[in-house]
Amino acid sequence: MGRTLCYPIWRPCSNAAVGSGARRFSSFRPASPVAMVRRTKDPAEGTDVPDNVPDNTPSTDIRHGADSLAVSVWRGDGDGGVWEGFTVPRQPSQTVLDIVTWIQQEADPTLTYRFACRVGMCGSCAMMVNDEPRWTCRTHVERVVRDGAIRIAPLRNLPVIKDLATDMDPFFDKWVKAEATHHGSADRHDGFAPISPDDPQRIEASAGIECINCAVCYAACDTVAGNPDYLGPAALQRAWTLYNDSRDEAGVAILDAVSAQGGCHNCHSMGSCTHYCPNDLDPMAAIAGLKRATARRFFGGGQG
Amino acid sequence: MLDLRLYMAQRLSALIMAPLVIGHLAVMIYAVQGGLSAGEILGRTRGSLFWALFYGGFVVAVSVHAAIGLRTIISEWTSLRGPLLNGFAWVIFAGLLAMGGRAVLAVTMA
Repeated sequence: MGRTLCYPIWRPCSNAAVGSGARRFSSFRPASPVAMVRRTKDPAEGTDVPDNVPDNTPSTDIRHGADSLAVSVWRGDGDGGVWEGFTVPRQPSQTVLDIVTWIQQEADPTLTYRFACRVGMCGSCAMMVNDEPRWTCRTHVERVVRDGAIRIAPLRNLPVIKDLATDMDPFFDKWVKAEATHHGSADRHDGFAPISPDDPQRIEASAGIECINCAVCYAACDTVAGNPDYLGPAALQRAWTLYNDSRDEAGVAILDAVSAQGGCHNCHSMGSCTHYCPNDLDPMAAIAGLKRATARRFFGGGQG
Repeated sequence: MLDLRLYMAQRLSALIMAPLVIGHLAVMIYAVQGGLSAGEILGRTRGSLFWALFYGGFVVAVSVHAAIGLRTIISEWTSLRGPLLNGFAWVIFAGLLAMGGRAVLAVTMA
């Protein structure tokens, strides 16, 4: 499998302070250069930005105040694109998805993006917001706006279809490759499987079942960025969940799948997946569990 | 680009290196504080099977560990894959083994 065409993102973030102190994606190099439209300098910004640092602010000369937002949206496809600036009215309790929807409905109907439930359940609307992966329907503007500006781009580590919509196929293909699909043996004539919620294995399985497949962890993962064959946090977490599910019959197949090239042993435990998971799941711990299980099997112990 | 085999080789080599590094540091501190000269140190290590195994084992573990680690870094920073990537790792392994082995022989051969 060759390198996937990734959304080009590059930092460093220029001069804006980040309130949460969250990690930034500073080392990723774009797969292809993207034209940048530099804005005219805002006198209120204070510090100037060096010429060699891509602008982190709106791409056009937008005057923004308390009642409006300066929004930069990445427009393009897999071959590259540009940042386009929009002035969007501010609303109470406004989410990032609200911004994108406003732009498409009121400013530019050709803007392409993906969403469905709008309540943080379907995992469709994840995007890069100020260069961090977020579920946009549950991300309030107040939490991410910097100096009245926001920039929105398609998810990192996935091929771009158009504008803010990424091709999720590589993400879900890796779920299958990790054997992260249920391997049941019971049929309709069998009774319900007795599951004790206190069983330690069930507790491990339950820890990851709220994953909504939003690919935020996948976009946050620097190992995926450097190694396109790596299965990624979501697929591995699902594999760990099923490995611990007493109804799943394919523990051996799961361990075989996650032990191959691109499997769990490529994880460097940097923890971006756990840091950015919008549902507060811990894929890094799940991957550590897979490493322990495969190591136990290597020495002849454990399940499978 | 790690599979289970390489992962275990790297972890087990680290497991071997850890006590050897501590032993090496302890010996260095002892030798310095005791005021041993280079000649006196060589007088103790030359012909010693124990020190040959101690530092020989360390060199083998380092060669394995570093070659796998550099292989991972190169695979993530470049597009090197397949036989070229494995070839790179083997060259690193052989180079470290040759250089380290030469040093061990020089210190322990009578």
